[in-house]
Amino acid sequence: MPDGPLPSFDVRADFWSLRFVDERCESYAVRKNVAMPYVASTDRGVMATVYVDGGYGYAATSDTSAAGLASALERAAHWARATARLALVDTRALPYAAPRGEFASPSFSDRFPSRREWYDLLHEESNAAGCDPRIVDWEAGVEVRTATHRLVTSAGGDVIQRYRFLLPGLSVTAHADGVTQNRSLNGYRGICQQGGLEILARFGFVGAGRKIAEDALELLAAPNCPSGTMDVLLAPDQMILQIHESIGHPLELDRILGDERNFAGTSFVTADMFGVYRYGSDLLNITFDPTRPEELASYAFDDDGTRAEKVHVIRNGILERPLGGAISQARAELPGVANSRADNWNRPPIDRMANLNLEPGDASFADLVAGIEHGVLMETNCSWSIDDSRNKFQFGCERGRMIENGQLKHVVKNPNYRGISASFWRNLARVGNADTLQVLGTPYCGKGEPSQVIRVGHASPACVFTDVDVFGGEA
Amino acid sequence: MCLAGKPEVNMEDYFQSLAAIVQNALQAGERFTASLDAEETDFVRMNRGKVRQPGTVAQRYLTLRLIRDARHGEHSLSLTGDLGADASAVRDAVAGLRAVLPELADDPLLLLPTEVRSSRNVRDTSLPPSEVVIDEVLAAAGGLDLVGIYAAGPVWRGFANSEGQRNWHATNTFNLQWSLYHRADKAVKTGHAGFAWDATAFEHKMAQARERLALISRPPRTLAPGKYRAYLAPSAMEEIAALLCWGGFSGRALATKQSALARMQNGESLDDRVTLTEDTEGGVAPAFQAEGFARPSRVPLVAGGELVGSLVSPRTAREFDLAENGANGAEMPESLAMAGGTLASDDALAALDTGLAVGNLWYLNYSDRPACRITGMTRFATFWVENGKVVAPVDVLRFDDTVYRMLGTSLEALTTETEFILDAGTYQSRQLASVRLPGALVSEMAFTL
Repeated sequence: MPDGPLPSFDVRADFWSLRFVDERCESYAVRKNVAMPYVASTDRGVMATVYVDGGYGYAATSDTSAAGLASALERAAHWARATARLALVDTRALPYAAPRGEFASPSFSDRFPSRREWYDLLHEESNAAGCDPRIVDWEAGVEVRTATHRLVTSAGGDVIQRYRFLLPGLSVTAHADGVTQNRSLNGYRGICQQGGLEILARFGFVGAGRKIAEDALELLAAPNCPSGTMDVLLAPDQMILQIHESIGHPLELDRILGDERNFAGTSFVTADMFGVYRYGSDLLNITFDPTRPEELASYAFDDDGTRAEKVHVIRNGILERPLGGAISQARAELPGVANSRADNWNRPPIDRMANLNLEPGDASFADLVAGIEHGVLMETNCSWSIDDSRNKFQFGCERGRMIENGQLKHVVKNPNYRGISASFWRNLARVGNADTLQVLGTPYCGKGEPSQVIRVGHASPACVFTDVDVFGGEA
Repeated sequence: MCLAGKPEVNMEDYFQSLAAIVQNALQAGERFTASLDAEETDFVRMNRGKVRQPGTVAQRYLTLRLIRDARHGEHSLSLTGDLGADASAVRDAVAGLRAVLPELADDPLLLLPTEVRSSRNVRDTSLPPSEVVIDEVLAAAGGLDLVGIYAAGPVWRGFANSEGQRNWHATNTFNLQWSLYHRADKAVKTGHAGFAWDATAFEHKMAQARERLALISRPPRTLAPGKYRAYLAPSAMEEIAALLCWGGFSGRALATKQSALARMQNGESLDDRVTLTEDTEGGVAPAFQAEGFARPSRVPLVAGGELVGSLVSPRTAREFDLAENGANGAEMPESLAMAGGTLASDDALAALDTGLAVGNLWYLNYSDRPACRITGMTRFATFWVENGKVVAPVDVLRFDDTVYRMLGTSLEALTTETEFILDAGTYQSRQLASVRLPGALVSEMAFTL
């Protein structure tokens, strides 16, 4: 990636930008006490974006030489000119971004373990997880990613953002007598944060191999989750999925504007709902927060160069603003957030969630349990499905635990529940305090044409919902 | 097509040169494998009958594996397309892996081909400039609310190893996926894909989509949860097949009881008319995989409703003492084919009589994986049918049922005709995969929300 000033380009354009990405990754894994193949990657490239005569075009290339950049700008300009008369968005009405600044992940320069130390750590957890013949598969892994993004614009913008991501994971499969159960540490890659080794300590990674194996063995012998209408207490590693699918996606402004209708879908939310629509109970406070340092999608500027700030999206249950970047905001004439993001140099920015959090309340975990007469605690998402308007959903978890008369009881397997976004959040009855909160996320949020899989963060406390349609696995 | 101003590069020569650079960088006792994944694609995104985001992506990734005895490491790197610059990056990657190998343990599951099986498959067709196609598409939409994506251009896959094996797969394809919207979530989705743009075929499909749009514009019917008779069109069956491909046929997942079809190892079965095959010969995927193993033309997976095979990668072969059969690392089908039955597609609605005609399903997942119970939504053109005639579009419904019922005890018929569907997936790169599927008539299907 070029560090200093770029060469001058002879581009006939109203505005252009060059967005460089240099991402490196090393993956380590130990499966069934055998080290998996070492995998590294280096991915460098640039996307040129050009506005000409009201049109828009892009071109992406891994050739970041001066000639390569000039070629990409020329190709992008060609697209803008060729499609200007057919363009959905008149780029002459858009702001020409001129951001300047820098960003770096916490602990960016701290030392990481050597490869041998990583493998030693993973072997230890793997050995502990494979503790019983009924554990038929198990794996401990970690992915270390660093990325540098630079955005240069013809309006004078120049932003450099440096990231370091750590994604540890532990999972086991237990099988006996025709029953198979899976258990993981906060889901597949649910632990994903920016920073250094403090992330492992934060989630108790060391020692968790044995714990999840014991959970899986307990699930083998557990009864199916019962069916019925009852309260549910959702742990943070299920809440993040609930927030992601039934608040995050329906509030993406490009979905509301229809861009995603051929693939990811539309939204039950319409533009006229902002400012007036009751999305949930008074306890529901959702923020777009790119400022929490350790959270996966924290940054200073989005990929269109808009400065990122924390804002309320839903306040006291009332919908305030959509998740839309500068272009979508101009199209919809609505306020938004700095969430125009691309997953790599070879895909154009679109509206994404980034960090979307549920603000904590005042109830301790014990209070949450004590308030439930008949219900179930559900932990760790393992199944997710929702309609293309992001309304009718059905989610499943790895582990359930019955709650009767305010007390935690026996473990149940295959806990599932279904509902409708438009009414589900209105049954949010209690919100856990900061002690119950976890900062999680997913590196695999899929969307877009062409498709993109991007990193998003979610922080949530444990929460109680009333009158939920709960059921278990096949009899 | 290439980025303006850049000279055309013969990608096959370029890859051969890269392989020679790696070969020359080896030291005594070292071996390598190298896979190229490259494309130059025009992507044109459309919404409201206009162009939303047009662009071009040129990308080349080389995945290089260095092997010494039983130790090996892998490095995937993006390349510029300029051989001079890339030679240096590739040599650096070899040197980097050489430095890593002493820190790694021997891999007891490493399995590499012992035979050299080179191959070459080039389908070099010509496509019109993408902006010309887009003009045609938007003109044909004629002011309708069209939303979709056009992706077109060459895709290259290559393999090389230190034993001298060379495999090359090159194709030039287009894939247009579009929806015509009536309002809210009421729409008709259509695909048109292939190797040479056929304007007449496109116009025919657009005319059919317009006809179905008229049906979808009728007042919708809201159905209560319950069990309904259903006809699943091939485009709906595609979603069920895609979910089953997620570990269902994996040799490793079956051996560790994680496959959704694991119970078929212990007596569970599908209807005896269900036959599923990994049909590489009939698909568009390369006939080689990342380690260089050749893929058989056909791998039977389900025959007569019984599980008869699985996809076995080289690592799984080593781990469970099975025979590898050219599967990729994820052991997912790339050319799944389901045999047709005896029901003529034109008679499908008459055979349905009264029930749901499901054009598309959406967002499927397992609600109980060991029981192969799946959930998902209806989407796009799904209609309520009475006496074999379409009555009304249906508001979206959630189903939750087992594959053992849907393609087992509840299966009434499969259509004679099967539909060949090219994968429109574009995550990271354009996918070279396909399915061939019939429609299915099901006596009852459980809808829950």
